[in-house]
Amino acid sequence: MSSPPPILNIVLFLPFLVAVVILCMRRLLKGASVILSVASSITCFICSLMLLGTVERVYPMMDFIHIDGVFDAGILAIVDKQSAGMLFIVTFIGMLVHLFSLGYMKDDEAQPRYFGALSLFMFSMTGIVLAANLFMMFIFWELVGLSSFLLIGHWFHKSSAAEAANKAFLTNRIGDFGFMIGILMLFGVSGSVSFEDLKSSLESGNLHAIAAAHPTFMTIAALGLFMGAVGKSAQMPLHVWLPDAMEGPTPVSALIHAATMVAAGVYMLVRVSFIIAASPLACDIVAGVGGVTALMAALMATQQNDIKRVLAYSTLSQLGYMVMAVGLVAMNPTHAGNADSIGHPGMFHLYTHAFFKALLFLGSGAVIYACHHEQDIWKMGGLRKYMPVTFWTFAIGTAALMGVPGLSGFVSKEGILDVAYGECKWLFTIGVVTAGLTAFYMTRLVVVAFLGKARSEGAKHASEVPLIMLVPLAALAIMSIISAVPSVANGLNALKPVVEHGHEGHTVMIFSLIALVVGAGGGFLLYRNRDSDPVSIKLFANKFYIDEFYAGLIKYGQDRVAWVVNALERIFADGLVARLPAAIVSKMGSQLRVLQCGRLQAYTFLLGAGVLFVIYILVFVLPAPGH
Amino acid sequence: MSLLEIVILLPLLAAIAIASGAQARITAVTASVINLAIVIWLALGFGAASRDADGYAYVFKRIMLDNPSIGFGVGADGVAMVMALLTVLVTFAAIWQIVDKPASYYTASLLISAGALGAFLSTDLFFLYAFHELALIPTFLMIGLYGHGDAAHRRAVAWKTTIYLGAGSLVLLAGLAWLVLEYSGGGRLTFDLMALRAQAASAPLDAAKQAPIFFILLVGFGTLVSLFPFHSWAAPAYATAPTPIAMLHSGVLKKFGLFGLIRIALPLLPAGATTPWVQQALIWMLVGNILVMGFVTLNQNRLDDLLANSSVMHMGYLFLGIAAGTQVALNGTVLLMFAHGISIALLFALCGRMRNQLGTLEFSKLGGLASHAPFIAVIFAFGAFASIGLPGLANFAGELMIFIGCFQFADPLKHAVLDAGGFGPLQWAAVAGLWGVVISAVYMLRAWRKIFQGSATSGLFMSDPLRGQRLPLLVLTIVLLVCGCFPGILLGLLKAAFGAAKVAAL
Repeated sequence: MSSPPPILNIVLFLPFLVAVVILCMRRLLKGASVILSVASSITCFICSLMLLGTVERVYPMMDFIHIDGVFDAGILAIVDKQSAGMLFIVTFIGMLVHLFSLGYMKDDEAQPRYFGALSLFMFSMTGIVLAANLFMMFIFWELVGLSSFLLIGHWFHKSSAAEAANKAFLTNRIGDFGFMIGILMLFGVSGSVSFEDLKSSLESGNLHAIAAAHPTFMTIAALGLFMGAVGKSAQMPLHVWLPDAMEGPTPVSALIHAATMVAAGVYMLVRVSFIIAASPLACDIVAGVGGVTALMAALMATQQNDIKRVLAYSTLSQLGYMVMAVGLVAMNPTHAGNADSIGHPGMFHLYTHAFFKALLFLGSGAVIYACHHEQDIWKMGGLRKYMPVTFWTFAIGTAALMGVPGLSGFVSKEGILDVAYGECKWLFTIGVVTAGLTAFYMTRLVVVAFLGKARSEGAKHASEVPLIMLVPLAALAIMSIISAVPSVANGLNALKPVVEHGHEGHTVMIFSLIALVVGAGGGFLLYRNRDSDPVSIKLFANKFYIDEFYAGLIKYGQDRVAWVVNALERIFADGLVARLPAAIVSKMGSQLRVLQCGRLQAYTFLLGAGVLFVIYILVFVLPAPGH
Repeated sequence: MSLLEIVILLPLLAAIAIASGAQARITAVTASVINLAIVIWLALGFGAASRDADGYAYVFKRIMLDNPSIGFGVGADGVAMVMALLTVLVTFAAIWQIVDKPASYYTASLLISAGALGAFLSTDLFFLYAFHELALIPTFLMIGLYGHGDAAHRRAVAWKTTIYLGAGSLVLLAGLAWLVLEYSGGGRLTFDLMALRAQAASAPLDAAKQAPIFFILLVGFGTLVSLFPFHSWAAPAYATAPTPIAMLHSGVLKKFGLFGLIRIALPLLPAGATTPWVQQALIWMLVGNILVMGFVTLNQNRLDDLLANSSVMHMGYLFLGIAAGTQVALNGTVLLMFAHGISIALLFALCGRMRNQLGTLEFSKLGGLASHAPFIAVIFAFGAFASIGLPGLANFAGELMIFIGCFQFADPLKHAVLDAGGFGPLQWAAVAGLWGVVISAVYMLRAWRKIFQGSATSGLFMSDPLRGQRLPLLVLTIVLLVCGCFPGILLGLLKAAFGAAKVAAL
């Protein structure tokens, strides 16, 4: 063990320092807090570039909980290909979002709070990426939840924003409930939760024995970890928070709810994929949940009218793809991604998706900014003329997301479909259908919002956004095109998944091209020159009524139960434990006037005597259990 | 005279001085600040201080009676040191509050503080018990005299609290008496904790005898800590008590019961603690604390009721640590006792301020206060997030260690719970506790949302405190943050406070 290189300390602790400084001195700093935050994001980006291609090892950063010889849960940073690559994504997009926010949040009165929370987010996310053990990951996992809570609720005077922030935090907490159980189970058996120790324990230690003797235990532990990812990466059935999180400022949606935080679940799953692989049932469930999420979210996206919500459901759907990939890869131990996370198709899709989805969100932010905070796509239209740069970058992002050949999304989606084709045909079908739906709803979005004629005053007076917002768009557009080119991807530690094209080489590609053409063509023909939506499917528009179901569950399963428990508690705990003995004692007291009843001491004494008597009966007279 | 004696006597003397006419605020604040300084100084020197065989430092003893042997002995091991730190910090914050009847408020607060310090730092069971009783009396009186609500209500609450805690103390006394009788050999009764410990180590009691004594102590101490189902005094008492009293009792004095279990019951009756029926009873009761009280807390519509009930609920986690009983879990319990004390005192301080300024604490009438009082909003967020166990704030490390303690298996491969299909009772209790963390988040965020977010509907208005009044709030917040980021500070004090790791029996 050696002390960590200074760049590692900077990349982790600088944003935290900035967040604390802004929290304590935002009155004094005023505009300077914005500069501090942006400067720290640029510094971190440079540091993350320097970390690419350094030696793979684990550095102790800081003690956290340490009891000599008994227990140790420290803050240790793991530097390997997966973490350095992910760190690049996080800091690169983080930096661009900081820059974009300079323009987008220019007139916001709570700018320091916004940038402070953004820095806190960068700190927490970096912590997740660098985590070398599950305790550390959990710590930063929760902190990411906190910063997301703060940023979604940035405009807290708006009720909907406040509700959305709470919903996000609480839904994540439910996921963390399972995550913690999984961590504790693994800890209980192997005595350590660092990834190295877990891996060696699974190869030839306690975990290995447990996996053989108690497969259920292994499955529950793996699913516990997965539950954490379900919360954070917004998979079914805990997906409901992500669309509501769009109440936050749009740059936040780009950074947190598209590119980085929601990807943390996938990142974690890839880290622990060897544990999931140890339980075949868990593999099936992970892949199934991912597939179902991908499909259902894509269906919901086809009927949304809010530009950010379309993108939010699209994010859900793409995250579903990644999670499905994790499950599929874990099913078959021969996959390259199993032995080492390098070349994992899920991780690779995470990498390409981060760029084009951040681009789409920032593009939608530019549109919303230009249309004076109008988010309904049916009140836009014709924006291509007024905002050409935004339009073209948005189109590149859309094409990448749809999987147009030659762009990054095509390559990474192919990687996932390839694995699905090899492992499980019905998940492959879901993948292809989802790809078609993706092409459909993205075409709809672009056609309705950017083509045709302007359908509202706001859209008519839209004009191109300032340069500080265009630069991030351009940078992300370039990345959306080139990120899958082997030399770039290699340089950024994101290896293209190795797929053995043993089985019918081009079938997968043909299927996905058909899906693309059918989806995009259908969308274009259906929505060209329309002023309102010609299709109306209530079930999709209302998101399968899942939110309504949860609202009912909270009302009846939680609040009513709370009411009942409260009433019972009053009757039993108060009545039986307190009032009954008190009544008995006071009755005795009224017959034993000699004790001068009515004085506090007497009551106290008698009650104490009564309780003692009961205990005496319990302990000595009745047969004690266990004897 | 040892420094620990000064720490105990100083608030007592200050209280007497105020009662006999000294300038109330200056006397009280001075005494609390001096005490804070002394205890911090003692804690800093604790690592280097010479210890006796049981790990006690700063030991000092005055013999009072020879037979039965009672002496006024003081000494601090790691646990006592942490609790003393908690006491002086909360006392400082409670006394700094501006109050309308200075003389009685400050006297009561100082008496509670002295009683708590005496109870934590005494090494003699007789004085340990007596000091705790000393601290209870002003609590009852202040609830009855100056509590919130109309006279009939506060008298009823004071009455209930008195009877409950009086009964609990009596049960406790019976348990302690039995303990002392069993362990005092050679016709000589001793109340000296060290002597009892030595006796317990050399000639431990029969396990069959330990179990009932432990159970009685559990009920006695448990009632003081609002262990389910002996808890129903706590919520009304805290909701009714004047702010400084609520801070001191829920933050500090309540921890006496847990302190007693950790310092007296566990080391003297180790076999009693692991007896299956005792442990099962404890697990049922603590799950009641967590789940039943969790739901009860969810149903509250006023901030004071919510905080009071949440404080009862969170006691379940501390008992979970005691039920697990491993070294990690007990370290975590003490950490969480400290953290809970600080966070609940902070929240009650804010709650009191809101009550004074707004006149109501009903959620339906509040909203949007973050725009008027950003400082209060931020501090409240720190307290609320600490109490729901957010990493980076003090409570998290304690909770995590307690949960870890529940999952430490002696020999994982042969452990019975695996054959039973997964979890034993202790692990299930931990799962319930983890779900309780979700419940806590639900009610705390609900409260935060209703009070501070959205828009002010009823036109109720609140302002941030002036600079001087911010100091205690800031101190408590910084303590939460520092102990959350560096739990090693407290763990360093606790080093060697607990013997070799015992592994959970269930």
